[in-house]
Amino acid sequence: MEKAELIEKINSVLAEEFEVEPETITPDADIKQTLQLDSLSLVDMVALIENEFKVKIKGSEISQLKTFGLLYDYIAEHQA
Amino acid sequence: MSKRVVITGMGIYSCLGNGLDAVKQSLYDGVSGIIFDQERKDLGFRSALTSHLDSPDLRKALSRTQRAFMPEQAKYAYVATEEALKNAKIDQDYLDNHVVGLLYGNDSSAEPVYRSVKAMYDKGDTTMIGSGGIFQSMNSTVSMNLSCIYHLKGINLTISGACASSSHAIGLAALLIRNGLQDMVVCGGAQEVNPYVVCSFDGISAFSTRESEPTKASRPFDRDRDGLVPGGGAATVIVEDYDSAVKRGAPILAEVLGWGFSSNGDHISTPNVEGPTASLEMCIRQSGVDIREIGYINAHATSTHVGDAKEAQAIYNVFGANGPEVTSTKGQTGHEMWMAGASEVIYSMLMMKNGFIAPNLNFENPDEDSAKLNIPAKRIEKRFDMFLSNSFGFGGTNSTLIIKNL
Repeated sequence: MEKAELIEKINSVLAEEFEVEPETITPDADIKQTLQLDSLSLVDMVALIENEFKVKIKGSEISQLKTFGLLYDYIAEHQA
Repeated sequence: MSKRVVITGMGIYSCLGNGLDAVKQSLYDGVSGIIFDQERKDLGFRSALTSHLDSPDLRKALSRTQRAFMPEQAKYAYVATEEALKNAKIDQDYLDNHVVGLLYGNDSSAEPVYRSVKAMYDKGDTTMIGSGGIFQSMNSTVSMNLSCIYHLKGINLTISGACASSSHAIGLAALLIRNGLQDMVVCGGAQEVNPYVVCSFDGISAFSTRESEPTKASRPFDRDRDGLVPGGGAATVIVEDYDSAVKRGAPILAEVLGWGFSSNGDHISTPNVEGPTASLEMCIRQSGVDIREIGYINAHATSTHVGDAKEAQAIYNVFGANGPEVTSTKGQTGHEMWMAGASEVIYSMLMMKNGFIAPNLNFENPDEDSAKLNIPAKRIEKRFDMFLSNSFGFGGTNSTLIIKNL
C-alpha cells in the first residue's frame, strides 16, 4: 500500500471509530486531543490498529506517538 | 419515622414496544412479542423461541466513550430511564443538586464475557478485548453506567436475585425511602436478549419447544404449557418519598404499600408452595391492607409446569376461591427474567391507570390448580386501585409488591 493510501485509510478508520470529523486528523495534530482519548480509549486505538493494520504498538512506545504523523510512520514502518 | 413511598415516573423498553404508550396499546390488544430466531436454531438450541427487540441507536444521545462501556441491557436501561425521568419531571439539574440513588436488577452480562474471552483466545492478547469489556461484563454494568451518565450520588447497587431481581430492587428502594435514608431512587430491571445468556438455560430443557407457533408458546397457567420463552429489555420506575414528591410538584402515580420476601430453602430450580405463600403473606401484612382491596394479581407464572402450579396453589392459599383476577403478562412478553419484577409493575400500573386487565394470553384450558383461580383469557375492562405483583427466582428467592393507585 502506498503511504498516501495508508494515511487515508488510517484517517478514515480512526475518524469512524472515534466519531470525529476526518478533516481534524492532520499529520501535526495531537492524537489524544483530536480523538478525545483517555487511558481507556487509548486501549481501543491500539486494538483497532492491530485489527486493521496488523501492527502491534508496544506499551512502551504508545506514549511517544503523540501526533498522527508519528503514527503514520510507525504503522508504515512496522507493517509486514 | 416511617415515610410513605410513591412512584412518580415509569419508562420501558420492551418487546411490547418502546415507551409507555406503545406498551399500553400492546397490552390492551393482547399482542405477543415472541418470535422464532433462526440463529439460535443454527447454534444448536433446543428451542429457538425468544422475544424480539431492536437495539436502540444511542449515537446522538451518548458519546462514543459512554456507549463503549454499555452492553445491550444497559442501553435498554438508558432508554427506559430517560422516559421514566421525563415522566417524573426530573431533569439533569435536579439530579445534579440532589442525592438520588440507583438500585437496578440485573443478573448477567453474558455476551460481553463471551466476546472478551473469545478475543483473548483468538488474539492471544488481552489488549485486544478493548476498553469496554470489563465495564460491560460485570453484573453491576447497568448501575455503574447509569450512575455515571446521570451523575447520581446516592446508593448505587445492582440487585442480583435471579428472576426476582428487579422486584427486590423496588422493595429495597421502598425500604430505604421509608426509613428516611434516600428521598428518591431510580429503580428497575434490565435483561439482555441474546443466545449467550440463555444457551445454558435452554440446555436444561426449560424452554417451550412449540416452535411452529411462537406466539402461542408462552401460555402461563394453561394445561398444555411446556416451558417458558426467554425475553428481555428494561424497565425503570422512579421511587420517591411522598413528601419529596409533593414538594417538587411531581406527578404522583401510585404508592408502594408493602414488600414481602422469602426464600424457599429448598431446591435450586423447583419451587415449592410454602416460600411464595410466605412472601405473599408478608407483603399483605406489611401493606396493612384487607386482601379484598386488591383488584388484580400479576402473577410470576412463567409457563412452566411446576412453577405455575405451585404459584397457583400459593395464591389460592392466600386469596381463596373468591380472589381477584390473576394473569401473567408473560403470555405476551415471555419471561423477562431480571427485568420482570420492574416491567410487570409497569404493565400492571398501565392496566390500573387505564381501567383494563390484559388477557392471560394462550390460557385455553385450565389445569387442576389454575382452575381454582380467576384467570381471564380475554381482556377485561375493569377499574381497580390496588394490585399485587409476584416475582420468584432460581434458588427459591421470592418477592411480592403491593401497589395502590393515587
